[in-house]
Amino acid sequence: RKIIFEKQWFYLDNAIGHVYGTTFEVTSGGSLQPKQEAEETNKETKEAGTDNRNIVDDGKSQKLTHDDIKALKDKGIKGQEIVQQLIENSTTFRDKTEFAQDKYIKKKKKKYEALITIVKPSTRILSTMYYAREPGKINHLRYDTLAQMLTLGNIRAGNKMIVMETCAGLVLGAVMERMGGYGSIIQMYPGGGPVRAATSCFGFPKVFFDNLHEFPLSKVDSLLSGTFSTETLSSEPEDNALAEEESNGLTDEKQTSLQKTEGESTTEAAMEINQTEEQETMDINAEDVEHRENKEKENKENVQEKQRKQWERRKKLLETAALLREKNADGLIVASKFHPTSLLLALLEFVAPSRPFVVYCQYKEPLLECYTKLRERGGVINLKLSETWLRNYQVLPDRSHPKLTMSGGGGYLLSGITVVLDKGKSDSSNLEALKMEEPSSKRCRVQDLHC
Amino acid sequence: MSFVEYGDLIKDGDTAIVFLGHESMFPVKVQHGTVTQTKYGVIRHSTDLIGKKYGSKVTCSKGGWVFILHPTPELWTMNLPHRTQILYSTDISIITMMLELKPGSIVCESGTGSGSLSHAVIRTVAPMGHLYTVEFHQQRAEKAREEFREHGVEHLVTVTNQDVCKNGFGVSNIADAVFLDIPSPWEAIGHAKSALKAEGGRICSFSPCIEQVQRTCLAMEEYGFTEINTLEILLRVYNVRTISLQIPDLGKAAEDNSSTGFDSSNPSNQGSPCSNLQQGAVQFKSGVPLREMVGHTGYLTFATKS
Repeated sequence: RKIIFEKQWFYLDNAIGHVYGTTFEVTSGGSLQPKQEAEETNKETKEAGTDNRNIVDDGKSQKLTHDDIKALKDKGIKGQEIVQQLIENSTTFRDKTEFAQDKYIKKKKKKYEALITIVKPSTRILSTMYYAREPGKINHLRYDTLAQMLTLGNIRAGNKMIVMETCAGLVLGAVMERMGGYGSIIQMYPGGGPVRAATSCFGFPKVFFDNLHEFPLSKVDSLLSGTFSTETLSSEPEDNALAEEESNGLTDEKQTSLQKTEGESTTEAAMEINQTEEQETMDINAEDVEHRENKEKENKENVQEKQRKQWERRKKLLETAALLREKNADGLIVASKFHPTSLLLALLEFVAPSRPFVVYCQYKEPLLECYTKLRERGGVINLKLSETWLRNYQVLPDRSHPKLTMSGGGGYLLSGITVVLDKGKSDSSNLEALKMEEPSSKRCRVQDLHC
Repeated sequence: MSFVEYGDLIKDGDTAIVFLGHESMFPVKVQHGTVTQTKYGVIRHSTDLIGKKYGSKVTCSKGGWVFILHPTPELWTMNLPHRTQILYSTDISIITMMLELKPGSIVCESGTGSGSLSHAVIRTVAPMGHLYTVEFHQQRAEKAREEFREHGVEHLVTVTNQDVCKNGFGVSNIADAVFLDIPSPWEAIGHAKSALKAEGGRICSFSPCIEQVQRTCLAMEEYGFTEINTLEILLRVYNVRTISLQIPDLGKAAEDNSSTGFDSSNPSNQGSPCSNLQQGAVQFKSGVPLREMVGHTGYLTFATKS
């Protein structure tokens, strides 16, 4: 399989069997060869200038032309050699300061020495990668903000977490990594099914997915009001959801379980579900299946498959609904493109008291509203609206300075802790709200009111 | 309760967090027969705490009330007794992610200090991982051991009282990650390397001064670490407030009919997200930064052992 990455192309075949972290060179024909430890010749004292006052940038200092360089490449000359050639054919190289020479060599090496290092995926790597390359897919959630969420949310092995995200499954994957396969996760999803493209990039063992459940947002209201049923689930979007999951290689277990039940009639399987309001629906399905059994055998098998799938889905949904109904989740993580307020107000109902929750939003204003609504609702303390600033540094002898500031682009977090909700007394929740605000003496000069 | 597992009810021997109000809380050791004084009155452990659900409201003798919270490493960090300057959750969060800590990780740390980071690491590596923490101050090492015992996590951590620069961490070739928060981290890089597993281990050094960082980066390079990267992270907190700004009096035009332009005293002025009050003010909701924010804690340098 050909990989194209930043103007390089290569085949991964030779990489198999090597330890993670190995660096490879891309040789002619696109094959990877482990990089040999080259002799460091840079330690020799080279000729260098003191400053750039006499260096004129006229674009003519490199004597090799595009074609010359291409010819070298085609000959199969190693990247290191090409860089050496470029240095030798540069009229200004020896006038540059040592620092400038270093910088020049680094730049050319990056371009011509095609070195690929293969690393094991982790939250660190995937979150920095997604933020750098596809920030739109993750609502511009910067990796340090994600790091805060995982810690503020006390994400750890054994928790029962509720996760609602539209970040391609990156946040879900990060939560799964920190839970190590222990505990359980219920992923709430909009539309037909959860997107877990990024989750599959983590390379988790299959067992991690045993306790990963999902539940459609469209059913949350009915679940909260006690009118939940699986009847109105249409089969089409779920087929799409299954197809999505298949492309991520997650349906292996589902397919094997379907093969196991082959031969069992669906009527028998249907009878196994007791104490559900879906009993009637299942009976009707069984009757339908009996009708179809009179038609072509192939047709019958197809339909049985479909029914079985639907039945599996509904069974899972019921199980997940039951988990939610316990209202004892250990935490809530929200990171989506949707306005957070209604999500929070609804999903917090499923969380036990004295548990943390964290909401991410690309923008600050929706979280202001969220904060206000939460104060009105009561049952939450330690509300905090925050963002983090991240600054990378270049640390080199005599050349240390900040590299770039990424403040302002990473999104905002609203976090808090649940407490037992005093539903009967609205007075006390007002008092609570006042108690939770900063005392007036600490406020700034501008005249303001409690919100 | 446990620092590595949630419990529902408050039990005798638990460490619980008493929450009084905005940023006002303290830890308490729950014990039969004990009372705790608060500004709202007395809390009697036997009747008010033991057997109650975490997250409950407890009314104190004077009539005021508090919330009792389940401890977490984050709450502990905000409330622990300081024996040294500590790391706060902002730095701890990025350290945890950049060191790729997760259940099962083996971590080495020095110095233990007040145990702020230690508790967070223990929480993350539980139930199969382990923290080897080294502290050269004898009393601090002992206090840390005591706290880990009280918090029910002693099976996940080993405290060693020695100088990491001279004697290392006490383990070799097994650590997934090493963390250094000491005055001269460059002196411990060699020991860090030997404690780390053969390939792919991560290291982090925390230093307040850039000179320390420079020396540490050089040492890391000399010892063959790769992917050396230095960063700093700062937390900005916002207070949610409804702000009211007065509209200035710009006087009136010569004619009496002032129907053109912005009429500040017209209460039905639509089209703006803010509402006008009768006295000529505009109200809006804002996330107001705190007057002072933390400007610097320390530089974090990460690298990989290759």
